[in-house]
Amino acid sequence: MKRTDRDKELSHRTITRRGLILGGAQLAIAGTLVWRLRDMQLMQSEQFHLLAEENRINLRLLPPTRGLIFDRNGVLLAGNEQNYRVVIKRDDAGDIDLVLDRLSQLIHLSEDDLERARRDLLRHRPFVPVTVAERLSWEEISRVATNAPALPGVTPEMGLSRVYPLREDMAHVVGYVGPVSERDLEALDTPDPVLMIPRFQIGKSGVERAMEDRLRGTAGSQRVEVNAVGRVMRELDRAEGKPGSNLHMTIDARLQNYALQRMQGQSGAAVVMDTATGDILALASAPSFDGNLFVRGISSTDYNALLENEYRPLLNKTIQGMYPPGSTFKMVTALAALDAGETDGEERVFCPGHMDVAGNRFHCWRRGGHGRVGLVSALSESCDVYFYEMSQRCGIDRINAMSERLGLGIRYDLPIPSIAGGLNPTRDWKRRNRNAEWLVGDTVNASIGQGFVLSTPLQLAVMTARLATNKAILPRLLRDPMEQAQPQAASLDLRPEWLRMIRRGMHETVNHARGTAYSSRVVAEGQEMAGKTGTSQVFSITRAERDAGIRQQSDLPWNRRNHALFVNYAPVDAPRIAVAVVIEHGGGGSSAAAPIGRDITLAALNDGIPPLAAYPAPQRNRIRAEQIELEERLRDPQLLRISRA
Amino acid sequence: MSYLEYNTKRMPTGLAKVLYVNWPLVVLLVAVACYGFVMLYSVAGGSARPWMEPQLRRFGFGLLLMLAIGFTPLWFWRSIAGVAYVVSILLLLGVEFFGTVGMGAKRWLVVGPARLQPSELAKITTILALAAYYNWLDPKRISHPVWVVLGVLIAAIPAFLVLRQPDLGTALLLSMGGGIVIFAAGVHWAYFAALIGSMVAVVSAVMTSRGTDWQILKDYQYRRIDAFLDPTLDPLGAGYHINQSMIALGSGGWSGRGFMEGTQARLNFLPEKQTDFIFTTLAEEFGFVGAASLLLLYLMIIGFCLLTAFRTSSRFGALLVIGVVGTFFLYFAVNMAMVMGLAPVVGVPLPLVSFGGSAMTVLMVGFGLVQSAHIHRPRLPS
Repeated sequence: MKRTDRDKELSHRTITRRGLILGGAQLAIAGTLVWRLRDMQLMQSEQFHLLAEENRINLRLLPPTRGLIFDRNGVLLAGNEQNYRVVIKRDDAGDIDLVLDRLSQLIHLSEDDLERARRDLLRHRPFVPVTVAERLSWEEISRVATNAPALPGVTPEMGLSRVYPLREDMAHVVGYVGPVSERDLEALDTPDPVLMIPRFQIGKSGVERAMEDRLRGTAGSQRVEVNAVGRVMRELDRAEGKPGSNLHMTIDARLQNYALQRMQGQSGAAVVMDTATGDILALASAPSFDGNLFVRGISSTDYNALLENEYRPLLNKTIQGMYPPGSTFKMVTALAALDAGETDGEERVFCPGHMDVAGNRFHCWRRGGHGRVGLVSALSESCDVYFYEMSQRCGIDRINAMSERLGLGIRYDLPIPSIAGGLNPTRDWKRRNRNAEWLVGDTVNASIGQGFVLSTPLQLAVMTARLATNKAILPRLLRDPMEQAQPQAASLDLRPEWLRMIRRGMHETVNHARGTAYSSRVVAEGQEMAGKTGTSQVFSITRAERDAGIRQQSDLPWNRRNHALFVNYAPVDAPRIAVAVVIEHGGGGSSAAAPIGRDITLAALNDGIPPLAAYPAPQRNRIRAEQIELEERLRDPQLLRISRA
Repeated sequence: MSYLEYNTKRMPTGLAKVLYVNWPLVVLLVAVACYGFVMLYSVAGGSARPWMEPQLRRFGFGLLLMLAIGFTPLWFWRSIAGVAYVVSILLLLGVEFFGTVGMGAKRWLVVGPARLQPSELAKITTILALAAYYNWLDPKRISHPVWVVLGVLIAAIPAFLVLRQPDLGTALLLSMGGGIVIFAAGVHWAYFAALIGSMVAVVSAVMTSRGTDWQILKDYQYRRIDAFLDPTLDPLGAGYHINQSMIALGSGGWSGRGFMEGTQARLNFLPEKQTDFIFTTLAEEFGFVGAASLLLLYLMIIGFCLLTAFRTSSRFGALLVIGVVGTFFLYFAVNMAMVMGLAPVVGVPLPLVSFGGSAMTVLMVGFGLVQSAHIHRPRLPS
């Protein structure tokens, strides 16, 4: 088709015109863009700048190093160890299964670990790091680090984790730490921001919990530059926090270990106190558990096993276990009667084997009776009728007063949560709790530590220490290693001649051939002890059982047997330690508790396995055999070495 | 004897063509590419790898390609326009049936070791075909409905095939590029008025129907529209990229944070920092001065090209130049509007600056055609 010049001219004009319109439109759009650019970069620049800074700068809390806990000799009870762990973030990982699969070829991961990691990853938002494995060895963590390119989203991390080198020995006293729970946070008005750090652990029980404030320290902070996925690129500045304070306990880890092992196979509690200072040297509750399990997150199988164990390993029986003190209470009744002036101690009471009070017959443990007994022999032979008589003379109020004076029924202020107070039953108490009037029979029962009376092993140890010193000794669990002066306890103001009689009674209990704990006597010069056995009834043997031929404790099922108790102090002439032992359902105080009390006493006095010479010659072969067996179970001395600088 | 003398009597031949090349345009292209090299060096954290080095090689290759195409007579390009168009349609169909999937869409055609992105090729061939079509068409019939529909179809067929891949961004660029050529050819403005009017009507119908009984779209589709209109509504989801991009841009201020000092890019807050969002880094590190000067360079490129279009008496040449330059404009305008939060996030690179071979090659081919139209322009009758 031929075109005329005019056509060409026309179309050229059209195109030029339209081209100019297009160019104009483009210029207008470009102008809009410039305007927008000006708006953002010149007008709102500061605001955007601020947002950019918020983006890149992250304030992080630096968890403080938790304070260490030492025993009285500087043995480490609670420490911190390096904990290498591997965390994974979903949004960086991409294919979770592939990454986890590769990871499990590098480090050992159980099906459970993998399952938990997958579950956590799905539950949390994609940028939240989830711990896959903890407590890896240096080799394992290096393997992960060197294979990082093949493991997107996986980061090896290092942190401090609580560790209890003595495992079971200190679990009840030191306690353990665990992750902060919602309930922990709710209990606080203004929670320390450090608690918000993921995986931060706080004390959950024992000293760890009670002394949380001192152990925790204060968090430092760090300003870091992070990239879009939250990875730290560099540190901008940092303010160091303050590590928690170290604590020094009065416990002697070696003695604690010995006491726990000595009670192996039993459900019991042993308390050893320094009679001069009130320092608790051992606070052992058997069986125990490993606090490290809780730090690492105990499995439900393990936890259920602890819960369902008949011997209740989770309970700290030394301070939470309340038992009828049985005959160990008789010193209280005796002193109450002396204090009331109802007897001079020399007076003799006839024991026919029972006593009828208000129409009820109360038996003495010796059915045939003790004949005429004075205070000393009533204690050493543990005649019940003597105390039935004395209690009726002085009344329950005076008994309670003396009980409190000797340290029973008091909740001591120790740095362990949930300490039990025991019970000195009063008329008022019975009215409120039992909705009944106090009967004279209740007083008679209380006189031998039965009925409503309840004490904790710690209280019994305090009582023994007070009897040995005539001072209002108070127990303590923490000490200042720098402190020079010993704590001075106030005097109990008990007349020396009364105490002389009580002490003689306790001395003869152990060292007189007719004493209830004669078989547990110590023959070593300067280590002899004085004590008192106790057997407290949990259930009476019923008529039906008696008819079925059950006569002895050992015929009964374990949880119906009597509690066995023994309190003592040593050495008799210049007491240094007071000991209380309770063996739950142990049968009898003299057979089950007294030998343990003796061995723990000797271990405390000799700072280790007791020398055979301390035992009566005929017993030595048997004792030696027991010692050999026990020695094998004692904690590795390496762990008990002094680790404080 | 130079490019400025528009009214020379003879068309240059042989080596003389070198003198007639639109050199200012070449200089401007190199200047823009240099912005790209600097930014690619910066976002790589101060390293020529992995982006700046290949980009340099590609641009060098692109310059040679541009000159080679520019030295080829314009009639040659006009005569192969139809064939090229048909081939690119066939290639698009090939993608539809044999394409490989990448990034959730079928875009590539693998032929032996070579990978081909036919949608990029189609941008040029569609403009070529439309320019040739309107060059052939009698100017009196241009606004006749039948011929208008034919012109629209030339642009719509490749756009539809690209949309199927699915690649909304490229499909939009293709159809808008085609629309620019159709508009420039002189089709009656009433058609455009009708088109814009009906689009406005559809949009307002869709938006007013929301929440009524006759709601046109699904709820989630409305929510997407909301997130598009106001990205701050969903800072961790769809709006995240735009928000981060705006933060980077805004924090640049007048003169920027300085070369390699942009925290948003360096710390990976910006997505696709070396490709679609590279303008953000430029604006962050060099501020308003850097961003606006790049825009100025772009506008100068457009100006020099339009000058060529106005001075040539060749209908084909003029339409071709307007089409190429219009596509070029759409590239950077859409990209900049996107990172500034004025347009949706569609995958459109910043021309000659973003890292990526396909777009760069297509643009340099386009500028080659512009050069060809410039060198071989028939002189206007005085």
